[in-house]
Amino acid sequence: MKVKVLCRNPDDYVRETTKDIQRVPRNYDPSLHPFEVPREFTRALNATKLERVFAKPFLASLDGHRDGVNCMAKHPTSLATLLSGSCDGEVKMWNLTNRECTRTLQAHEGFVRGMCARFCGTSFFTVGDDKTIKQWKMEAPSYGEEEEPLNTILGKAVYTGIDHHWKEGIFATCGQQVDIWDEQKSSPIRTFSWGVDSFSSVRFNPVETHLLASCASDRSIVLYDMREATPLKKVIMKLRSNTLCWNPMEAFHFTCANEDYNLYTFDMRRLDAPKIVHMDHVSAVLDLDYCPTGTEFVSASFDKTVRIFPKDQGRSREVYHTKRMQHVICVKWSSDSKYILTGSDEMNIRLWKAKASEKLGVLSQREKAALDYSEKLKEKFQHHPQVRRIARHRHLPKAVYSLSKELHVMKEARRRKERNVRKHSKPGSVPVVTEKEKHVVTVVK
Amino acid sequence: MAAHGDAEVKPTHVGKKKIVAKRYWDDSTEKKGREGREKEQKKEEHDEQKNTLEGGMPYVKRKKGEDGRKKGISGKMDPFPGPAPISKEKLKKFKRGGNKKMSSGTRGRLKDSLSRAEVASNLAQNQAARYDLLLPEDAGFLEGDEDEDTCTIMQEDIADAVDITSGSKYFNLSLSQFGPYRVDYTRNGRHLLLGGRRGHVVCIDWQSKQLKCEMNVMETVNDVKWLHSEAMYAVAQKKWLYIYDSSGIELHCIRKFNDVLRLQFLPYHFLLATASATGFLQYLDVSVGKEVAAICTKAGRLDVMALNPQNATVHLGHPTGTVTLWSPNQKEPLVKMLCHKGGVRSIAVDKTGTYMVTSGLDRKLKVFDIRTFQPLKSYFLPAGASCLSLSQRGLLCASTGNIVQVYQDVCNTPVKKPYMTHRVRGSVYGAQFCPFEDVLGVGHAEGFTSMIVPGAGEPNFDGLDANPYRSVKQRQEWEVKALLEKVQPELIGLDPGQLGWSGTKTKYRHWDSTLLLR
Repeated sequence: MKVKVLCRNPDDYVRETTKDIQRVPRNYDPSLHPFEVPREFTRALNATKLERVFAKPFLASLDGHRDGVNCMAKHPTSLATLLSGSCDGEVKMWNLTNRECTRTLQAHEGFVRGMCARFCGTSFFTVGDDKTIKQWKMEAPSYGEEEEPLNTILGKAVYTGIDHHWKEGIFATCGQQVDIWDEQKSSPIRTFSWGVDSFSSVRFNPVETHLLASCASDRSIVLYDMREATPLKKVIMKLRSNTLCWNPMEAFHFTCANEDYNLYTFDMRRLDAPKIVHMDHVSAVLDLDYCPTGTEFVSASFDKTVRIFPKDQGRSREVYHTKRMQHVICVKWSSDSKYILTGSDEMNIRLWKAKASEKLGVLSQREKAALDYSEKLKEKFQHHPQVRRIARHRHLPKAVYSLSKELHVMKEARRRKERNVRKHSKPGSVPVVTEKEKHVVTVVK
Repeated sequence: MAAHGDAEVKPTHVGKKKIVAKRYWDDSTEKKGREGREKEQKKEEHDEQKNTLEGGMPYVKRKKGEDGRKKGISGKMDPFPGPAPISKEKLKKFKRGGNKKMSSGTRGRLKDSLSRAEVASNLAQNQAARYDLLLPEDAGFLEGDEDEDTCTIMQEDIADAVDITSGSKYFNLSLSQFGPYRVDYTRNGRHLLLGGRRGHVVCIDWQSKQLKCEMNVMETVNDVKWLHSEAMYAVAQKKWLYIYDSSGIELHCIRKFNDVLRLQFLPYHFLLATASATGFLQYLDVSVGKEVAAICTKAGRLDVMALNPQNATVHLGHPTGTVTLWSPNQKEPLVKMLCHKGGVRSIAVDKTGTYMVTSGLDRKLKVFDIRTFQPLKSYFLPAGASCLSLSQRGLLCASTGNIVQVYQDVCNTPVKKPYMTHRVRGSVYGAQFCPFEDVLGVGHAEGFTSMIVPGAGEPNFDGLDANPYRSVKQRQEWEVKALLEKVQPELIGLDPGQLGWSGTKTKYRHWDSTLLLR
């Protein structure tokens, strides 16, 4: 007789001392782990619920401005530094780690219209209602010294926006025309105008650094090459665009914030229709900024909310609002892609997390693994109605909620009417116009 | 003494080919020189490749160096280049889902993500199959000498032949006063619960033989069942269902559940399924104490019940010879199958949820495939089997009167004679294999017998699921985790993986959505 009976030595399965961690022998045999899918689903559901429980995006409010915050600029090298300009001509520099104002200077009379930091981070430029461009040192003046600009350029008309070249000592301003300036010279090295009386913003392309784009008040977006004497082309839309922002990773894509409550992502090679129409805001969109990874962007709107859109989706993934936040004028996505900064009408700058439920600070290895696992589970079951309902739910201010419902009704009515018209007219006489084609009037080269 | 040493160890193919490392002081090496050695190794490589191909292992394409082999820093060739081959059976064991081909229309981002998911799942499958090699324990076995039947081997002989710890797993408890006894082991196999028909309830840590509690409920006890851990158990008494804790304190008397005859516990759903004399199948959620479903089966007295561990459906046997499958979501049975000409006496379902074994008053023992609901095998037992139980490794225990018979491989091959037999003192009332141990617990009229059945238990447990050696802290942590991922009763159905399917848009739904647009 040959016999073997299962006999385990407990020493192989129990920890040796109480200081040890427990031994956990594994056996991945699927028959020992029944209900794999239902259990994973339950985990995914729990993870989704927890994500909503921990979704507390608001971090801090920076107060100190005595008028609405009109523009902001990121520091190119220091994550903790932020510059902001307000409607009374004051510029403040903030330390975000301490959440305090480190420096205040009276830059202009009237609004600070635009500001940008030099790519090296040693100085910054501001333009204001007093028709001047001023260059300031990034460091605060030493004790006893007066706060004075490094350089002042007096222009003929009001400048409404400014942006600095990403690699060279060149910057661009816009106002009645788009000017390209050399930092060393007091007159523009190049001036562009295309029968347009005023521009609202100008932006350099961060990848193809010679390209720039501007939004004009005649509802057009104009593209320029700095090396050429004339603008490249422009696209005229139904309504005016307020600002635009280039995708920092895809050189040919830019997104513009429009007055018709939508944002449009364009491919600059094909301007006849936007690639994607981003709809969700219920009032004019005032500003936007791309995430440094180029996958998402944040938009600020007159409807007192901030929304985050994935670059390739038409609907927002997140909406931020507080009771006290008024019309959001300017927005920035921090260079580490973790935070969002908004400046609003009621004189405050707010700091938000880019991922609402993200845990800040150092994560342990196990925490990280658990988060990765739940992230994957959420992705796996994202289309399940029960999970999707929880993941998508957001509380909205009543005004925004009712307005969005109203807009939906209006849109449906318009669609129904168009369909009826098409039904009762000669086939082909009322063509179907897609949502993308609807908003572009023409492209001029 | 120890049984382990007796097992014959087959030399592996690795050992055969291994050559002793050559040392610089070795004379023969110097004589042979470098060329000679390389030639020898090349020849060996050739042999090895042939072997792997003949052995049916999947052929792994190898990266080639300058001379066809990768060289280490020392200049020595790697005798086993590339990843180790994995046998197809092992890969099949860890296969999830079918081989679904992407439709030719799939492209773009969807195609990308699908192919990436496939790569990931293949990797996981390979790694799990590879990990199988590292499992520490091997299953037990019993082999007779020439012309010696294993079924003639006595329990005493086995207990003498094996080591002391294993030998002590064969024991008798003579409890003749309050018998016959129902038996239940916890999911990790550490604790044993005995319920005597005349009210005697005992729970024991049976390996250390420590008595946890013993009491008489002064009422008829129909069935006993552990709940999710060894801290609580349910007792079906004459009138109501009671829940006690491990020290014997009555926690709940549940008056919604009356005349309960059989109990089953669904560990992942935290549901206690009860079958009553009034024909009701009721589900109690033990985590929140709520009745989840009460189904009137309209089939009379329900005293035959089994649980499918793979999809949590309850199998009920009826005096008409039918077996019905139930889920708490449906008032009608999911499946109703006629299994026997007489009434059904007992049902057992195997661990993988593939086979169901039933025995009936027609003295037949039948095996069904419950994926297709087809009968596979039918055996005739002279006295019929009153109590059936399947072990984790597929051994079937069938008891007739006071004789316990254990069969091997009933489901796949026609079986002539039992693997083991044992005669207990009273007629058998309840039998259950102990999980993760080679032990069969038999409750009978004269007490309880713990039998050694080599090869019954799964040798390697999963520490995160059911760990026999877990500490109190580990149990508490497991309890929290298990409660967090409690599967909702709505998800019980015939196919538990259904949730993972991607649905296709049906014609009806499409029509529905177009209606909305209109």
